[in-house]
Amino acid sequence: MAAPIAIHLEFGGGAELLFDGVKEHHVTLPSQSEPWDVKQLLVWIQQNLLKERPELFVQGDSVRPGILVLINDADWELMGELDYQLQDQDNVVFISTLHGG
Amino acid sequence: MAQEVCSLKAQLQEKEREIAALKEKLAQLEKSHNSVQLYDKVTPLTPLRAKAALSNEDIMRYSRQLLLPELGVQGQLNLSKTSVLIVGCGGLGCPLAQYLAAAGIGRLGLLDYDEVELSNLHRQVLHGEENQGMAKALSAANAVNSGSGAFRKSGLFLDRGVAASCGQQLVMFDAQDARFRSIKLRPKQAGCVVCGENPSITQLVDYEAFCGAAATDKCRKLNLLSRDQRITVQDYKAVIDHAEPHLLLDVRPLVEVDICHLPFSLNIPLSSLEARKSEHIRLLQERISQLKQQMAGDCRPPVYIICKLGNDSQKAVQVLQKMSGSELDVITVKDICGGLMAWANRIDTTFPQY
Repeated sequence: MAAPIAIHLEFGGGAELLFDGVKEHHVTLPSQSEPWDVKQLLVWIQQNLLKERPELFVQGDSVRPGILVLINDADWELMGELDYQLQDQDNVVFISTLHGG
Repeated sequence: MAQEVCSLKAQLQEKEREIAALKEKLAQLEKSHNSVQLYDKVTPLTPLRAKAALSNEDIMRYSRQLLLPELGVQGQLNLSKTSVLIVGCGGLGCPLAQYLAAAGIGRLGLLDYDEVELSNLHRQVLHGEENQGMAKALSAANAVNSGSGAFRKSGLFLDRGVAASCGQQLVMFDAQDARFRSIKLRPKQAGCVVCGENPSITQLVDYEAFCGAAATDKCRKLNLLSRDQRITVQDYKAVIDHAEPHLLLDVRPLVEVDICHLPFSLNIPLSSLEARKSEHIRLLQERISQLKQQMAGDCRPPVYIICKLGNDSQKAVQVLQKMSGSELDVITVKDICGGLMAWANRIDTTFPQY
Protein backbone atom coordinates (compact mmCIF):
# COMPACT_ATOMS: atom_id res chain seq x y z
CA MET A 1 0.00 0.00 0.00
CA ALA A 2 1.19 3.49 -0.88
CA ALA A 3 0.65 6.01 1.91
CA PRO A 4 -1.59 9.05 1.37
CA ILE A 5 0.26 12.02 -0.13
CA ALA A 6 -0.31 15.75 0.28
CA ILE A 7 0.10 17.82 -2.86
CA HIS A 8 -0.45 21.41 -3.89
CA LEU A 9 -2.58 22.05 -6.99
CA GLU A 10 -2.87 25.35 -8.80
CA PHE A 11 -5.10 26.41 -11.68
CA GLY A 12 -4.46 29.58 -13.67
CA GLY A 13 -4.80 31.44 -16.95
CA GLY A 14 -8.57 31.03 -16.73
CA ALA A 15 -8.57 27.30 -15.84
CA GLU A 16 -9.51 28.33 -12.28
CA LEU A 17 -12.97 29.31 -13.59
CA LEU A 18 -13.75 25.60 -13.88
CA PHE A 19 -12.95 25.29 -10.15
CA ASP A 20 -15.27 27.99 -8.77
CA GLY A 21 -12.54 30.61 -9.31
CA VAL A 22 -10.29 29.02 -6.68
CA LYS A 23 -6.69 28.99 -7.86
CA GLU A 24 -4.93 27.11 -5.07
CA HIS A 25 -5.91 23.80 -3.57
CA HIS A 26 -4.01 21.86 -0.90
CA VAL A 27 -5.22 18.31 -1.19
CA THR A 28 -4.46 14.89 0.22
CA LEU A 29 -4.68 11.94 -2.11
CA PRO A 30 -5.82 8.84 -0.19
CA SER A 31 -3.71 5.77 0.19
CA GLN A 32 -4.06 3.20 -2.58
CA SER A 33 -2.38 0.00 -3.68
CA GLU A 34 -0.14 1.63 -6.30
CA PRO A 35 1.68 4.96 -6.18
CA TRP A 36 -0.34 7.91 -7.56
CA ASP A 37 0.50 9.04 -11.08
CA VAL A 38 -0.70 12.11 -13.02
CA LYS A 39 -3.20 10.05 -15.02
CA GLN A 40 -4.93 9.00 -11.80
CA LEU A 41 -4.63 12.54 -10.44
CA LEU A 42 -6.63 13.85 -13.43
CA VAL A 43 -9.43 11.40 -12.66
CA TRP A 44 -9.34 12.38 -8.97
CA ILE A 45 -9.50 16.11 -9.89
CA GLN A 46 -12.51 15.47 -12.11
CA GLN A 47 -14.32 13.59 -9.37
CA ASN A 48 -13.40 15.85 -6.47
CA LEU A 49 -12.57 19.39 -7.59
CA LEU A 50 -13.90 20.13 -11.07
CA LYS A 51 -17.11 22.15 -10.87
CA GLU A 52 -18.19 22.60 -14.48
CA ARG A 53 -17.59 21.89 -18.14
CA PRO A 54 -15.16 18.95 -17.85
CA GLU A 55 -14.67 19.06 -21.64
CA LEU A 56 -12.70 22.29 -21.17
CA PHE A 57 -10.25 20.55 -18.85
CA VAL A 58 -9.84 16.96 -19.98
CA GLN A 59 -9.78 15.20 -23.32
CA GLY A 60 -9.67 11.41 -23.23
CA ASP A 61 -7.47 10.49 -20.27
CA SER A 62 -5.21 13.53 -20.64
CA VAL A 63 -5.61 17.29 -20.27
CA ARG A 64 -7.17 19.29 -23.08
CA PRO A 65 -4.62 20.63 -25.58
CA GLY A 66 -3.77 24.22 -24.74
CA ILE A 67 -3.50 23.58 -21.01
CA LEU A 68 0.08 23.84 -19.83
CA VAL A 69 0.93 21.36 -17.06
CA LEU A 70 3.84 22.07 -14.74
CA ILE A 71 5.24 19.70 -12.15
CA ASN A 72 7.43 21.47 -9.61
CA ASP A 73 7.89 24.40 -12.01
CA ALA A 74 8.95 22.25 -14.97
CA ASP A 75 6.97 21.41 -18.09
CA TRP A 76 5.39 17.99 -17.46
CA GLU A 77 6.86 16.80 -20.76
CA LEU A 78 10.21 16.80 -18.95
CA MET A 79 8.77 14.72 -16.14
CA GLY A 80 7.03 11.84 -17.92
CA GLU A 81 3.61 13.45 -18.41
CA LEU A 82 0.74 11.11 -17.42
CA ASP A 83 3.12 8.47 -16.07
CA TYR A 84 4.93 10.75 -13.61
CA GLN A 85 4.66 9.29 -10.11
CA LEU A 86 3.55 11.93 -7.66
CA GLN A 87 5.60 12.53 -4.53
CA ASP A 88 4.47 13.97 -1.23
CA GLN A 89 4.54 17.82 -1.34
CA ASP A 90 4.64 18.00 -5.15
CA ASN A 91 3.36 21.17 -6.78
CA VAL A 92 1.22 20.63 -9.91
CA VAL A 93 0.04 23.62 -11.94
CA PHE A 94 -2.50 23.73 -14.80
CA ILE A 95 -2.50 26.88 -16.90
CA SER A 96 -4.90 27.49 -19.75
CA THR A 97 -3.10 29.17 -22.64
CA LEU A 98 -5.87 29.36 -25.23
CA HIS A 99 -8.15 32.36 -25.17
CA GLY A 100 -9.62 34.81 -27.54
CA GLY A 101 -7.25 37.75 -27.54
CA MET B 1 -35.20 81.75 -64.89
CA ALA B 2 -34.03 79.36 -67.64
CA GLN B 3 -30.73 81.22 -67.72
CA GLU B 4 -30.26 80.81 -63.96
CA VAL B 5 -30.92 77.05 -64.17
CA CYS B 6 -28.33 76.73 -66.95
CA SER B 7 -25.75 78.65 -64.98
CA LEU B 8 -26.29 76.59 -61.84
CA LYS B 9 -26.01 73.36 -63.87
CA ALA B 10 -22.73 74.52 -65.35
CA GLN B 11 -21.37 75.47 -61.92
CA LEU B 12 -22.39 72.10 -60.54
CA GLN B 13 -20.61 70.25 -63.36
CA GLU B 14 -17.48 72.29 -62.73
CA LYS B 15 -17.53 71.40 -58.99
CA GLU B 16 -18.07 67.71 -59.79
CA ARG B 17 -14.99 67.76 -62.03
CA GLU B 18 -13.00 69.35 -59.20
CA ILE B 19 -14.17 66.69 -56.72
CA ALA B 20 -13.21 63.89 -59.11
CA ALA B 21 -9.76 65.42 -59.61
CA LEU B 22 -9.24 65.78 -55.84
CA LYS B 23 -10.35 62.19 -55.22
CA GLU B 24 -7.89 60.89 -57.77
CA LYS B 25 -5.08 62.97 -56.31
CA LEU B 26 -5.87 61.65 -52.81
CA ALA B 27 -6.00 58.03 -54.00
CA GLN B 28 -2.63 58.38 -55.70
CA LEU B 29 -1.07 59.95 -52.64
CA GLU B 30 -2.46 57.23 -50.39
CA LYS B 31 -1.21 54.57 -52.77
CA SER B 32 2.34 55.91 -52.89
CA HIS B 33 2.53 56.47 -49.13
CA ASN B 34 1.04 53.20 -48.05
CA SER B 35 3.28 50.16 -48.28
CA VAL B 36 0.75 48.08 -46.41
CA GLN B 37 -0.91 45.38 -48.42
CA LEU B 38 -3.48 42.75 -47.59
CA TYR B 39 -2.77 39.25 -48.88
CA ASP B 40 -5.23 36.39 -48.85
CA LYS B 41 -2.71 33.78 -50.00
CA VAL B 42 0.91 32.94 -49.32
CA THR B 43 2.87 35.32 -51.55
CA PRO B 44 6.66 35.37 -51.98
CA LEU B 45 8.15 38.74 -51.01
CA THR B 46 11.40 40.30 -52.09
CA PRO B 47 14.24 39.20 -49.79
CA LEU B 48 14.94 41.50 -46.89
CA ARG B 49 18.40 43.08 -46.99
CA ALA B 50 20.31 44.26 -43.95
CA LYS B 51 21.08 47.96 -43.71
CA ALA B 52 24.75 48.59 -44.41
CA ALA B 53 24.93 51.26 -41.73
CA LEU B 54 22.72 53.34 -39.48
CA SER B 55 21.72 56.80 -40.68
CA ASN B 56 21.94 59.82 -38.40
CA GLU B 57 18.19 59.66 -37.93
CA ASP B 58 18.42 55.94 -37.04
CA ILE B 59 21.11 56.75 -34.49
CA MET B 60 18.94 59.36 -32.79
CA ARG B 61 15.77 57.28 -33.00
CA TYR B 62 17.33 54.11 -31.55
CA SER B 63 19.92 55.86 -29.33
CA ARG B 64 18.50 54.62 -26.04
CA GLN B 65 18.68 50.98 -27.08
CA LEU B 66 21.96 51.41 -29.01
CA LEU B 67 23.55 52.32 -25.67
CA LEU B 68 22.78 48.88 -24.28
CA PRO B 69 25.84 46.66 -24.72
CA GLU B 70 23.55 43.64 -25.23
CA LEU B 71 22.12 45.29 -28.35
CA GLY B 72 24.52 47.92 -29.73
CA VAL B 73 24.90 48.91 -33.39
CA GLN B 74 25.33 45.31 -34.55
CA GLY B 75 22.14 44.29 -32.78
CA GLN B 76 20.25 47.16 -34.40
CA LEU B 77 21.55 46.13 -37.84
CA ASN B 78 20.55 42.53 -37.11
CA LEU B 79 17.05 43.72 -36.24
CA SER B 80 16.84 45.49 -39.60
CA LYS B 81 17.32 42.20 -41.46
CA THR B 82 14.94 40.25 -39.27
CA SER B 83 11.40 39.34 -40.26
CA VAL B 84 8.75 38.43 -37.71
CA LEU B 85 5.36 36.91 -38.41
CA ILE B 86 2.81 37.74 -35.74
CA VAL B 87 0.01 35.22 -35.64
CA GLY B 88 -3.09 36.90 -34.23
CA CYS B 89 -3.52 40.70 -34.16
CA GLY B 90 -5.42 40.76 -30.87
CA GLY B 91 -4.65 41.65 -27.28
CA LEU B 92 -1.07 40.37 -27.48
CA GLY B 93 -0.38 40.75 -31.20
CA CYS B 94 -1.18 44.48 -31.14
CA PRO B 95 1.37 45.59 -28.52
CA LEU B 96 3.89 43.09 -29.88
CA ALA B 97 3.60 44.54 -33.39
CA GLN B 98 3.77 48.06 -32.02
CA TYR B 99 6.93 47.45 -29.99
CA LEU B 100 8.71 45.45 -32.69
CA ALA B 101 7.96 48.15 -35.28
CA ALA B 102 9.10 50.89 -32.93
CA ALA B 103 12.32 49.00 -32.12
CA GLY B 104 13.27 48.80 -35.82
CA ILE B 105 12.37 45.30 -36.96
CA GLY B 106 13.05 44.84 -40.69
CA ARG B 107 9.74 43.33 -41.74
CA LEU B 108 6.54 42.51 -39.93
CA GLY B 109 3.97 40.00 -41.12
CA LEU B 110 0.60 40.21 -39.45
CA LEU B 111 -1.85 37.34 -39.65
CA ASP B 112 -5.46 37.25 -38.50
CA TYR B 113 -8.74 35.78 -39.76
CA ASP B 114 -10.98 38.25 -38.03
CA GLU B 115 -12.38 41.76 -38.45
CA VAL B 116 -12.26 44.65 -35.97
CA GLU B 117 -15.24 45.01 -33.61
CA LEU B 118 -16.02 47.73 -31.08
CA SER B 119 -15.63 45.25 -28.20
CA ASN B 120 -12.00 44.61 -29.27
CA LEU B 121 -10.78 48.16 -28.82
CA HIS B 122 -10.21 48.25 -25.04
CA ARG B 123 -7.38 45.72 -25.30
CA GLN B 124 -6.43 45.41 -28.97
CA VAL B 125 -4.93 48.84 -28.91
CA LEU B 126 -3.80 49.24 -32.53
CA HIS B 127 -7.35 49.17 -33.88
CA GLY B 128 -9.39 52.36 -33.98
CA GLU B 129 -13.10 53.08 -33.96
CA GLU B 130 -12.96 54.05 -37.62
CA ASN B 131 -11.58 50.59 -38.52
CA GLN B 132 -14.59 48.54 -37.40
CA GLY B 133 -15.27 45.84 -39.98
CA MET B 134 -11.77 46.10 -41.46
CA ALA B 135 -9.50 43.03 -41.48
CA LYS B 136 -7.57 43.15 -38.18
CA ALA B 137 -4.29 42.40 -39.95
CA LEU B 138 -4.79 45.42 -42.22
CA SER B 139 -5.93 47.68 -39.41
CA ALA B 140 -2.90 46.74 -37.28
CA ALA B 141 -0.56 47.13 -40.26
CA ASN B 142 -1.91 50.59 -41.00
CA ALA B 143 -1.44 51.55 -37.37
CA VAL B 144 2.21 50.50 -37.19
CA ASN B 145 2.67 51.50 -40.85
CA SER B 146 6.19 50.25 -41.20
CA GLY B 147 6.17 48.45 -44.46
CA SER B 148 4.37 45.54 -42.92
CA GLY B 149 2.55 42.92 -44.88
CA ALA B 150 -0.89 42.02 -43.61
CA PHE B 151 -2.33 38.55 -44.05
CA ARG B 152 -5.86 37.35 -43.66
CA LYS B 153 -6.16 33.62 -43.29
CA SER B 154 -6.05 30.87 -40.76
CA GLY B 155 -6.59 31.18 -37.04
CA LEU B 156 -4.95 32.62 -34.01
CA PHE B 157 -2.95 31.37 -31.04
CA LEU B 158 -2.75 33.57 -27.99
CA ASP B 159 -1.15 33.07 -24.61
CA ARG B 160 -2.72 35.14 -21.90
CA GLY B 161 -0.45 35.64 -18.96
CA VAL B 162 2.55 34.35 -20.85
CA ALA B 163 4.83 37.34 -20.89
CA ALA B 164 8.08 36.27 -22.50
CA SER B 165 10.09 33.22 -23.40
CA CYS B 166 13.70 32.50 -24.17
CA GLY B 167 15.54 29.22 -24.74
CA GLN B 168 13.66 26.50 -22.86
CA GLN B 169 12.61 28.99 -20.24
CA LEU B 170 9.21 30.59 -19.92
CA VAL B 171 8.45 33.56 -17.71
CA MET B 172 4.84 33.97 -16.72
CA PHE B 173 3.23 36.86 -14.93
CA ASP B 174 -0.05 36.56 -13.08
CA ALA B 175 -1.24 40.16 -12.75
CA GLN B 176 -4.09 39.17 -10.41
CA ASP B 177 -1.66 37.73 -7.86
CA ALA B 178 1.26 40.05 -8.82
CA ARG B 179 3.43 36.99 -9.20
CA PHE B 180 6.12 35.95 -11.66
CA ARG B 181 6.97 32.35 -12.36
CA SER B 182 9.90 30.98 -14.31
CA ILE B 183 9.40 27.58 -15.86
CA LYS B 184 11.72 25.04 -17.43
CA LEU B 185 10.52 23.84 -20.84
CA ARG B 186 11.46 20.72 -22.75
CA PRO B 187 13.90 21.07 -25.66
CA LYS B 188 12.83 20.97 -29.29
CA GLN B 189 11.45 17.55 -30.21
CA ALA B 190 13.28 15.64 -32.94
CA GLY B 191 9.98 14.06 -33.98
CA CYS B 192 8.02 17.31 -34.29
CA VAL B 193 5.93 17.35 -37.50
CA VAL B 194 6.66 21.05 -38.01
CA CYS B 195 10.19 21.74 -36.71
CA GLY B 196 11.65 18.24 -36.12
CA GLU B 197 14.31 16.40 -38.12
CA ASN B 198 11.88 15.04 -40.72
CA PRO B 199 9.00 17.47 -40.74
CA SER B 200 5.88 16.29 -42.56
CA ILE B 201 4.27 19.74 -42.53
CA THR B 202 6.44 22.04 -44.63
CA GLN B 203 3.86 24.52 -45.86
CA LEU B 204 0.73 26.17 -44.54
CA VAL B 205 -2.08 23.67 -43.99
CA ASP B 206 -5.73 24.12 -43.16
CA TYR B 207 -5.47 25.32 -39.58
CA GLU B 208 -8.93 24.21 -38.53
CA ALA B 209 -8.42 20.72 -39.98
CA PHE B 210 -4.96 20.52 -38.34
CA CYS B 211 -6.21 21.52 -34.89
CA GLY B 212 -9.53 19.73 -35.15
CA ALA B 213 -11.14 22.90 -33.81
CA ALA B 214 -12.69 25.98 -35.32
CA ALA B 215 -10.54 29.11 -35.41
CA THR B 216 -13.10 31.26 -33.74
CA ASP B 217 -13.88 32.71 -30.36
CA LYS B 218 -17.43 33.47 -31.39
CA CYS B 219 -20.26 31.88 -29.47
CA ARG B 220 -21.75 28.65 -30.77
CA LYS B 221 -25.51 28.32 -31.07
CA LEU B 222 -27.05 25.58 -28.99
CA ASN B 223 -30.19 23.77 -30.05
CA LEU B 224 -31.49 21.86 -27.07
CA LEU B 225 -35.21 22.47 -27.30
CA SER B 226 -38.02 21.70 -29.71
CA ARG B 227 -39.81 24.54 -31.49
CA ASP B 228 -42.82 24.55 -29.19
CA GLN B 229 -40.52 25.10 -26.21
CA ARG B 230 -39.23 28.39 -27.63
CA ILE B 231 -40.70 31.73 -28.58
CA THR B 232 -39.29 34.52 -30.70
CA VAL B 233 -38.63 38.04 -29.40
CA GLN B 234 -41.54 39.21 -31.57
CA ASP B 235 -43.87 36.75 -29.87
CA TYR B 236 -42.61 37.82 -26.47
CA LYS B 237 -43.23 41.47 -27.42
CA ALA B 238 -46.85 40.48 -28.16
CA VAL B 239 -47.11 38.84 -24.70
CA ILE B 240 -46.09 42.18 -23.15
CA ASP B 241 -48.31 44.25 -25.46
CA HIS B 242 -51.35 42.14 -24.56
CA ALA B 243 -50.45 42.37 -20.85
CA GLU B 244 -50.61 38.58 -20.58
CA PRO B 245 -49.69 37.47 -17.07
CA HIS B 246 -46.31 35.74 -17.09
CA LEU B 247 -42.96 35.59 -15.33
CA LEU B 248 -39.78 36.66 -17.13
CA LEU B 249 -36.74 34.92 -15.70
CA ASP B 250 -33.27 36.25 -16.60
CA VAL B 251 -30.68 33.51 -16.00
CA ARG B 252 -27.48 35.49 -16.64
CA PRO B 253 -24.83 36.03 -13.92
CA LEU B 254 -25.36 39.15 -11.80
CA VAL B 255 -22.40 40.96 -13.36
CA GLU B 256 -24.13 40.83 -16.75
CA VAL B 257 -27.54 41.78 -15.32
CA ASP B 258 -25.88 44.93 -13.94
CA ILE B 259 -24.87 45.86 -17.51
CA CYS B 260 -28.44 45.76 -18.81
CA HIS B 261 -31.72 43.97 -18.16
CA LEU B 262 -35.43 44.20 -18.87
CA PRO B 263 -37.00 46.07 -15.92
CA PHE B 264 -39.69 43.49 -15.13
CA SER B 265 -37.41 40.44 -15.13
CA LEU B 266 -36.52 38.27 -12.15
CA ASN B 267 -32.82 37.37 -12.07
CA ILE B 268 -31.72 33.93 -10.95
CA PRO B 269 -28.45 32.78 -12.53
CA LEU B 270 -28.41 29.44 -14.35
CA SER B 271 -25.72 28.19 -11.95
CA SER B 272 -28.09 28.73 -8.98
CA LEU B 273 -30.88 26.88 -10.74
CA GLU B 274 -28.57 23.99 -11.61
CA ALA B 275 -27.33 23.85 -8.01
CA ARG B 276 -30.98 24.04 -6.79
CA LYS B 277 -30.06 26.88 -4.39
CA SER B 278 -32.90 26.80 -1.89
CA GLU B 279 -33.34 30.57 -1.41
CA HIS B 280 -33.58 31.02 -5.18
CA ILE B 281 -36.01 28.13 -5.65
CA ARG B 282 -38.15 29.59 -2.84
CA LEU B 283 -38.13 33.03 -4.50
CA LEU B 284 -39.11 31.50 -7.83
CA GLN B 285 -41.94 29.51 -6.25
CA GLU B 286 -43.24 32.68 -4.53
CA ARG B 287 -43.38 34.52 -7.83
CA ILE B 288 -45.09 31.58 -9.51
CA SER B 289 -47.71 31.49 -6.71
CA GLN B 290 -48.37 35.23 -7.13
CA LEU B 291 -48.76 34.73 -10.85
CA LYS B 292 -51.21 31.86 -10.28
CA GLN B 293 -53.38 34.09 -8.10
CA GLN B 294 -53.47 36.73 -10.85
CA MET B 295 -54.58 34.20 -13.41
CA ALA B 296 -58.14 32.98 -13.48
CA GLY B 297 -58.94 29.30 -13.52
CA ASP B 298 -56.83 26.22 -13.52
CA CYS B 299 -53.80 26.86 -15.68
CA ARG B 300 -50.07 26.43 -15.91
CA PRO B 301 -48.47 29.82 -15.31
CA PRO B 302 -46.15 30.72 -18.20
CA VAL B 303 -42.47 31.31 -17.38
CA TYR B 304 -40.31 32.81 -20.13
CA ILE B 305 -36.56 32.49 -19.78
CA ILE B 306 -34.08 34.92 -21.24
CA CYS B 307 -30.29 35.22 -21.30
CA LYS B 308 -27.82 37.06 -23.54
CA LEU B 309 -27.90 34.96 -26.73
CA GLY B 310 -30.36 32.15 -26.11
CA ASN B 311 -28.03 29.31 -25.08
CA ASP B 312 -28.18 29.32 -21.26
CA SER B 313 -31.92 30.04 -21.45
CA GLN B 314 -32.41 26.67 -23.16
CA LYS B 315 -30.47 24.89 -20.44
CA ALA B 316 -32.58 26.69 -17.84
CA VAL B 317 -35.79 25.53 -19.56
CA GLN B 318 -34.59 21.95 -19.18
CA VAL B 319 -33.78 22.49 -15.49
CA LEU B 320 -37.15 24.12 -14.76
CA GLN B 321 -39.06 21.45 -16.65
CA LYS B 322 -37.57 18.88 -14.30
CA MET B 323 -38.67 20.97 -11.30
CA SER B 324 -42.16 21.66 -12.65
CA GLY B 325 -44.69 19.70 -10.61
CA SER B 326 -42.17 18.73 -7.94
CA GLU B 327 -40.01 21.50 -6.42
CA LEU B 328 -42.18 24.07 -8.20
CA ASP B 329 -45.86 24.30 -9.13
CA VAL B 330 -46.67 22.99 -12.57
CA ILE B 331 -45.60 25.65 -15.07
CA THR B 332 -45.22 26.16 -18.81
CA VAL B 333 -41.57 27.05 -19.54
CA LYS B 334 -40.25 28.49 -22.77
CA ASP B 335 -37.09 30.28 -23.70
CA ILE B 336 -36.79 33.42 -25.77
CA CYS B 337 -34.81 32.66 -28.95
CA GLY B 338 -31.70 34.77 -29.40
CA GLY B 339 -32.04 36.34 -25.95
CA LEU B 340 -31.54 39.99 -25.09
CA MET B 341 -29.29 40.59 -28.09
CA ALA B 342 -32.13 39.56 -30.42
CA TRP B 343 -34.41 41.84 -28.38
CA ALA B 344 -31.94 44.70 -28.94
CA ASN B 345 -31.65 43.96 -32.66
CA ARG B 346 -35.30 43.42 -33.51
CA ILE B 347 -37.51 45.01 -30.88
CA ASP B 348 -35.79 47.78 -28.96
CA THR B 349 -32.75 49.22 -30.74
CA THR B 350 -32.02 51.47 -27.75
CA PHE B 351 -31.33 48.40 -25.59
CA PRO B 352 -27.55 48.07 -24.98
CA GLN B 353 -25.55 45.32 -26.68
CA TYR B 354 -22.38 43.82 -25.28
